[in-house]
Amino acid sequence: MSAAHNTLAVEHLRVTFGKAPNAATAVDDVSFEIRQGEVFGLVGESGCGKSVTCRSLIQLFGGSRPSAMTGSISFEGRNLAALQPKDLVKVRGSEIAMIFQDPMTALNPTMKVGRQIEEGLRQHEKLSARQAREKAITLLKSVGVMAPERRLDSYPHAFSGGMRQRVLIAIALACRPKLLIADEPTTALDVTVQDQILKLILKLRAEIGMAVLLVTHDLGVVAQTCDRVAVMYAGRIVELATTEQLFAKPSHPYTRALLNALPAHGGRGGRLQPIGGSPPSLAAPPPGCRFHPRCSLAIPACELQQPPLAAIQEGHSAACIRIGEPA
Amino acid sequence: MNLLFFCISRLLQLVPVLLGITIVAFLLLRVMPGDPATLMLGSRGTPEDIAALTSQLGLDRPLWQQYLSFLGDIARGSFGRSIAYKAEIGPLLIARLWPTLALVGLSTVIAVLMTIPLAMYTAVRRNGAVDHAVKFFFVTAMAMPPFWLGVLLVLPLAIAVPIFPVSGYGQDWLDKLHHLALPAFIIALGTAALTIRSLRSSIIAVLGADYVDTARAKGLPERSVLRRHVFRNSLTSTISVLAVHTSWVIGGTVVIETVFGIPGLGSLLVASISARDYPMVQGLTVTFAVLVVVINLLADIAYSIVDPRVSLS
Amino acid sequence: MKLLSQETVRRFKQNRNLQVGLFLLAVIVLTSLFGPSLVPYDPEELDFGNPLLAPTLQHPFGTDDLGRDVLARVVAAGQVDMQVVAVCVLLPFLIGSTIGLVSGYFGGWIDRVIMRFVDILWAFPFYVLVISIVGALGPSTTNIYLAFSLVVWISFARIVRGEVLLARRLEYTLAASVLGYSHARIMLRHILPNVITPAIVFMMADVVLTILGVTSLGFLGLGIQPPTPEWGVMIADGRNFIQDGWWISLFPGLAIVLVGLTFTLIGDGLDDLLRPKA
Repeated sequence: MSAAHNTLAVEHLRVTFGKAPNAATAVDDVSFEIRQGEVFGLVGESGCGKSVTCRSLIQLFGGSRPSAMTGSISFEGRNLAALQPKDLVKVRGSEIAMIFQDPMTALNPTMKVGRQIEEGLRQHEKLSARQAREKAITLLKSVGVMAPERRLDSYPHAFSGGMRQRVLIAIALACRPKLLIADEPTTALDVTVQDQILKLILKLRAEIGMAVLLVTHDLGVVAQTCDRVAVMYAGRIVELATTEQLFAKPSHPYTRALLNALPAHGGRGGRLQPIGGSPPSLAAPPPGCRFHPRCSLAIPACELQQPPLAAIQEGHSAACIRIGEPA
Repeated sequence: MNLLFFCISRLLQLVPVLLGITIVAFLLLRVMPGDPATLMLGSRGTPEDIAALTSQLGLDRPLWQQYLSFLGDIARGSFGRSIAYKAEIGPLLIARLWPTLALVGLSTVIAVLMTIPLAMYTAVRRNGAVDHAVKFFFVTAMAMPPFWLGVLLVLPLAIAVPIFPVSGYGQDWLDKLHHLALPAFIIALGTAALTIRSLRSSIIAVLGADYVDTARAKGLPERSVLRRHVFRNSLTSTISVLAVHTSWVIGGTVVIETVFGIPGLGSLLVASISARDYPMVQGLTVTFAVLVVVINLLADIAYSIVDPRVSLS
Repeated sequence: MKLLSQETVRRFKQNRNLQVGLFLLAVIVLTSLFGPSLVPYDPEELDFGNPLLAPTLQHPFGTDDLGRDVLARVVAAGQVDMQVVAVCVLLPFLIGSTIGLVSGYFGGWIDRVIMRFVDILWAFPFYVLVISIVGALGPSTTNIYLAFSLVVWISFARIVRGEVLLARRLEYTLAASVLGYSHARIMLRHILPNVITPAIVFMMADVVLTILGVTSLGFLGLGIQPPTPEWGVMIADGRNFIQDGWWISLFPGLAIVLVGLTFTLIGDGLDDLLRPKA
């Protein structure tokens, strides 16, 4: 548990969009660590703040900038949250890389694939044009793209979705980062391709020795790939555990509900149990525990205060006041 | 090779349009009420003059024969004979073509030079003071008649402080550029008003695209992201806007060339109409239309160069 | 009914462009209607004792080379220009929208022939055609109307046809044709209300192009003829006195800018109001 083994430590991260009275806190007091070389899963329904959490790490918000961001993000001895933009740019791509959900839109349609791979190499490693090209060929080969010498000069529209995600992985891993953020990397792909991409990420993680932050809404993916998991609900982490602990002893009612919704895990009678209700608005979250309006175990006390994450056993904690009560 | 094939096939597709253009230009002055020869001579014409002109222009022949001989004239490059200049029209058109092309080209260059930095800046700093100021200025500029600007700007910029010549075209190319600068700038204001608006909104749309995040995630500095990834992808719709507007600009040269006394196709059109030189007007309308067609072709080619998804077939 | 829904009213209240544009339009219309009776000078009355007077309280816009009051002439010219522009915009709007509607609705060879023709006319620059037609027929308001109608309808036809092609795929048209309604009824009652919005928005932009076109004709001496006051003619008149009487050209031009700005704002405002943003 010592800090020396952590690649990344996020503490009290809070990210808000918009101005009061319409301010929405997408990430609310989130803390977690990612250890060297591990695959850390971040799970939750869409809109729970998992995407914003990982985008905050390298402050990459696309079109909408947050109005406020507090907390600390220590990475290799630096606080990324306090870094000047020009220093943060040096971290992106070289030490922390990211791949996105939809490979169909994540590649520049007007630039040859080879150049898109070479760009990062030339930026960070100051390679010559020829060196960058050779490295790009090696990279494409390592992500399983056939005839890379030829494919280098194609435009993205000549690639399938799965192939594009491979190219995006090659772009992300070009400079051998210490941490790869993968934001739902398989959601937009066919089921058969999903599996290949996950296996590819795991294989390359072992080769490079990097840590992976894997964002997903799919607990099946978590079971298959992750060492440790954080479950997010409405901007907060509600349960944090190793993958075995989570599946063996899911402790937060929300985690249990998610597991019951999973076909293979099958609740009673093997039936899929959907979670009733819908996630709350982040602009006006319910008082107390944010899950209580949808929780089958809710008691009046749940509306009064937000439960903190409390340890259940070594490496496993959950944020629910009813934990520890005799069942 | 691919590009060459594309150009040739596009040129072949243009044949019907070009034929149509000659038919419209031919009919334009013939379906109008009144007899062309009478209109041309106005009140001065005696019946004998009218009869002479009618036979000189072949107006007494059937329409289809007249059209075929018009086509023949075009094919030969003569475009018929001018009444006012008493000479073949083709060479006159070519001499007048260059000042007009230079004016349109220079104004487009000025407009593009204004558009790129202003659109980039206002898109990145949108809703800032500069954004609002640029928007207000160019909305107003679009409503300004170019001939009015031409008349007024001459006072501070050519008379009070003689930076630019009042009118005319000049001798060597530098002198010509000097003469064209003010009229080209006036035309460019209207063009830039449209292209800044178009490019700004494309850039804003592209800034939110996933691949821009990919580029940032690579660790490229924002400047490189804008230059390599945002800019090029924003261009396509602006190219179309520019092409459509250039047709308007080519027509606009008619007025601005007259204001600044530039010896181009536009001022020739006004002079020929005043002189009732109908064969010349006919040749000019064909030339103007062909210019527009060529510019649209160039825009199509530019489009396919910028965006590899547009297939070249 | 549909136009005045609560949603539309709410969006109008937030629509600064449209509010300012409509306010300016009211100013222009009121000035054209009542201006001439408020300005104490006759726009065509010569006063050789007072040529080229700079703007003063007595003559806020100054006087021209013949001693005529420029304000009176700008206001009088406004009546003339606005009337001509209105006809030059409405005629092509009606003609073009009808042709576009028919072309898009029936499709087939009618559509192919019309669109081929539109493509060909599209190649001729606007000014070149208008000036050639008016020049050939001689300067008169009727000929100006004719020229603009012959040239500008293609823009409206293109816009409306494109919208009709989209609308024809939608269910309500299908339902109407299944019910056995006549072509005319389907076109007018079911399609037209759904396709006319972009044409109306474009009509506002067309006002700006048309005011520039009409005054250009006047400026070139091919439009409305002196002594009728007209903005383009006035700018041309002032050109010879630009050093001693810059106000003769300045004020009619500002009037054109005001009209252009007004309709640009209304056009942008209508676009925001009527076109649901994706």
